[in-house]
Amino acid sequence: MDKNTQKARLKSIKKFNAVKYKEYNKKQRRKRIPESEYMTTMADDHNILEFDNLRTYFYTDAGTVKAVDGVSFQIPRGATIGVVGESGCGKSVTSLTTMGLLAGPTGQVAGGSIRYNQKSQNRAVDLTKLPRKEFEKIRGNEISMIFQEPMTALNPVFTIGDQLCECISLHMPELKKDEVEARALEVLELVGIKREGILNNYPHELSGGMRQRVVIAMALCCDPQLIIADEPTTALDVTIQAQILDLLRNLKDKINASIMLITHDLGVVAEMADYVVVMYAGRVVEQGTAEDIFHHPAHPYTIGLMKSKPMLGEKIDRLYSIPGNVPNPINLPEHCYFKNRCESCVEACEGLYPELVSLSKTHKVSCYLCGKKGGEN
Amino acid sequence: MAEEKYVVEVDHLKKYFPIKSGILQKEIGAVRAVDDVSFRIKEGETFGLVGESGCGKSTLGRTLLRLIEPTEGTVKINGIDMTSVKKKDLRPLRPSMQMIFQDPFSSLDPRMPVGEIIGEAVREHGIVSKSEYRDYILKVMEDCGLRPYYIDRYPHEFSGGQRQRICIARALALNPSFIVCDEPVSALDVSIQAQIINLMKDLQKERKLTYLFISHDLSVVEHISDSIGVMYLGTMMETGSKEDIFAKPLHPYTQALFSAVPVADPDHKMDRILLEGDIPSPANPPKGCKFHTRCKHCMGICSQVEPEAKDMGNGHIVKCHLYDDK
Amino acid sequence: MSDNKELLERNLKEQDEFEKNQVIMTPGQLIAKRFFRNKLACFGLGVIIVMVLFCAIGPIISPYGEYEIFYFDVNTNAEVRMDKVSGNPNLGVLVKAPISASHWLGTDADGRDVLTRLMYGGRISLTVGLVVVGIELVIGILLGGIAGYYGGAVDMIIMRLCEIFYCLPFVPIMLILSSLFVGYGISPQKKIYFIMIVMGVLYWASVARNVRAQILSLREMEYMQAAESTGIKTWRKILKHLVPNTIPIIILIATMDIGSVILTESVLSFLGVGIAWPYASWGNMANVVTDSIILKNYPNIWAPPSLLILFTVLAFNFIGDGMRDAFDPRMKR
Repeated sequence: MDKNTQKARLKSIKKFNAVKYKEYNKKQRRKRIPESEYMTTMADDHNILEFDNLRTYFYTDAGTVKAVDGVSFQIPRGATIGVVGESGCGKSVTSLTTMGLLAGPTGQVAGGSIRYNQKSQNRAVDLTKLPRKEFEKIRGNEISMIFQEPMTALNPVFTIGDQLCECISLHMPELKKDEVEARALEVLELVGIKREGILNNYPHELSGGMRQRVVIAMALCCDPQLIIADEPTTALDVTIQAQILDLLRNLKDKINASIMLITHDLGVVAEMADYVVVMYAGRVVEQGTAEDIFHHPAHPYTIGLMKSKPMLGEKIDRLYSIPGNVPNPINLPEHCYFKNRCESCVEACEGLYPELVSLSKTHKVSCYLCGKKGGEN
Repeated sequence: MAEEKYVVEVDHLKKYFPIKSGILQKEIGAVRAVDDVSFRIKEGETFGLVGESGCGKSTLGRTLLRLIEPTEGTVKINGIDMTSVKKKDLRPLRPSMQMIFQDPFSSLDPRMPVGEIIGEAVREHGIVSKSEYRDYILKVMEDCGLRPYYIDRYPHEFSGGQRQRICIARALALNPSFIVCDEPVSALDVSIQAQIINLMKDLQKERKLTYLFISHDLSVVEHISDSIGVMYLGTMMETGSKEDIFAKPLHPYTQALFSAVPVADPDHKMDRILLEGDIPSPANPPKGCKFHTRCKHCMGICSQVEPEAKDMGNGHIVKCHLYDDK
Repeated sequence: MSDNKELLERNLKEQDEFEKNQVIMTPGQLIAKRFFRNKLACFGLGVIIVMVLFCAIGPIISPYGEYEIFYFDVNTNAEVRMDKVSGNPNLGVLVKAPISASHWLGTDADGRDVLTRLMYGGRISLTVGLVVVGIELVIGILLGGIAGYYGGAVDMIIMRLCEIFYCLPFVPIMLILSSLFVGYGISPQKKIYFIMIVMGVLYWASVARNVRAQILSLREMEYMQAAESTGIKTWRKILKHLVPNTIPIIILIATMDIGSVILTESVLSFLGVGIAWPYASWGNMANVVTDSIILKNYPNIWAPPSLLILFTVLAFNFIGDGMRDAFDPRMKR
């Protein structure tokens, strides 16, 4: 009997997915989308990117995975935003959605918007609705991305020079060949690896740290407004990580771009970010300035996360650990997703998912505990 | 000090991997993965081994267990010289020394249920009688925080943290006295990391286990270890008790390594020692002190003579010319 | 705080309960589920089942024999079967008869029932496929396994041997062997066995390579090292860890190869060096297209065997694809 209900459930999922896929394909085939459809206005002109209730779902055979479920935060111009969370919390999907790199039709934007302040055209656009042609002008040009694995992000059969120059001439077709090369050397100097013959090196001839610098150089070559760095130092050693973080910090001052730093390492975030967004199971549980998050964490998950990471020079006998596991992303409950692991959970947690409450101008938390206490922690 | 029992004694251990080339497979050189390493671990203690990727720390761990044959040197575990034991006599000695691997996804056979994974070797070595077998497995699983009904499930149903618990249970089921933990938590999320580390500490207390804890994460190593060794390009640069090493790191590499760790505090003052350049290839390590190419305090002698191991008191041993005259 | 603890415990229990009730599946069941979700693979499996039934049961039901030649009475135009021939002088051979109730696909150029021969031909074609794949698997797994597990000099010798077998030109060898068979007067029945053995021996190299590669990659897996460090006996390690994890790739190779062996056999028979008269095989039945009159006017003679070859090979390939996706979902797309 259990088998039958399961079968029926799978069937209904399949049917539901088919409808969604069809809708998606229809949307993809549309040509000539009127500008009015994707033009929007920024909530604050100072922001470069605004996520507004973004929802990205994956329609898989086992059910709908709400990878990103109602995420809202802003990236101010020139600021570094750190997005932290454990694997599967939706931080990478958020960045992929921003870059328009979702693998459709399984992965789709189910709602909400990503407003991008396109200063070059003096307009604001919604990246979730932007037609592909328009998107290509922004992607890699105004918004660029640094990937986690420097080895796989570079094509092993082309030289560094080939890849950089291709990238530059693609986005700046007006440049001549020697100008392109000069520009390539310029960005390599920016990341600190300009040396004789580097343009003729193949990726495998460089070390991991050097490769990551090349990847960063590629992201920089078109003067981006926003750099999305997805775990840029996870694959690197500590001493190399220190070099890269140092580089990123210095770059930010030089190039006047915003950085969206996605990582699971609280230490990296504390060093780099001005604002921090903590995600859990596809939702933002807490956001605020680095000061807010690290000195006055309010959400039990944030607190648990900080306590469970041993600090250098700290003497504790036993680490704090959050009990249980990350919930299954399919069919998440109505109540707070963290409820089952939360040590300070109260009766109210049985209710609906808590709203995001403002504790101060910058600090927002979605937890019933904080609403009641009103700002203390 | 002298009466204390050492579970692991490693003396001048070397492991060179030959580099072969050509049709005749002639040896043209060697990767010095482990180059003259010596250290000791006391019973019930944890020795933390830190270093960057490619420094030979994993090779060292595997050589201790003779999963890789050492080139030179001796390893004594529980007083038995493992390097001189014949290969076929090694099998009965295996249960006393176990290993926990880094990648919880490739360290479990996908086609075996959990109970079988844990119990396979238990049956093989006849650790418990047939009638007690199932209860014994369930007991081990419970000790490692695994639910009894997991016994018939397959690895693909589990998350990384639970898989790592299964790995620990597999090692523990054989009643080992010494466990090599090769980056057991680096593939896990922070909140799960803490669970596994706590579990390992609890088990150590209960069963008087001795750990060799290999990791690149300094904060984790500091938390779990009693003494620490820092490796760079196959050489043990500095060993000593946790307190000594963290309070006053002597070797310039150790100092740089410690200062490179990001601290989860935005107000933390940054007086970081940034290392220039990259790690040289272990196939062609620099002459003299292996670290001299990146060292801030490099002197003339550093590029010529390899420094001797110097005991700076209290078992704090460092290999650096800076301390030659002391 | 105690209130909290109670709640937390309840919550954990809730999650535990939820986990306990989850439907669990063995890796085998998972593979089967993924396989049957693939429509083309199911279609392929269906085709093969029908084909096997057709060839296995068909000859029992069919009223005719494999090499039974049909005659007709010149005077009455009535059909005469072979056993009733004796003493009737006015007989002609019923060649190239059109489709009729007694001969659903007509008769061929020698006056034999096409449908019946298709069944017998299928028997031979499928048997050849199975036996050849069986032989190549036995040799390939053995040598590939030894090469992969022991490595070193053994590995090098076996791999060089593989390369030599890769270089052997298959069709010329078969042509030479065929003329040898004819020269030494080997009976057609024995010839079938020889062809199977020769094909099996010539084909093992790719199996050996695949198995070796799989074992090499498995050896690097940490669970093999774990098995070593827990002190499990070598034969147990091979039997319990290596073999179950190489079986998927072996099944995959087998399915893909059956299709290609059937095709090769057909090609050989078509060229006249494979299965010889009087035995039927789909290949030598399709051979009649070399006669331009038959090609033009009697598609009922050559089209059915050709289509059967096409569908069988296609079906095996579909099954193989489906299996690959089922074994390794990441390979999809």
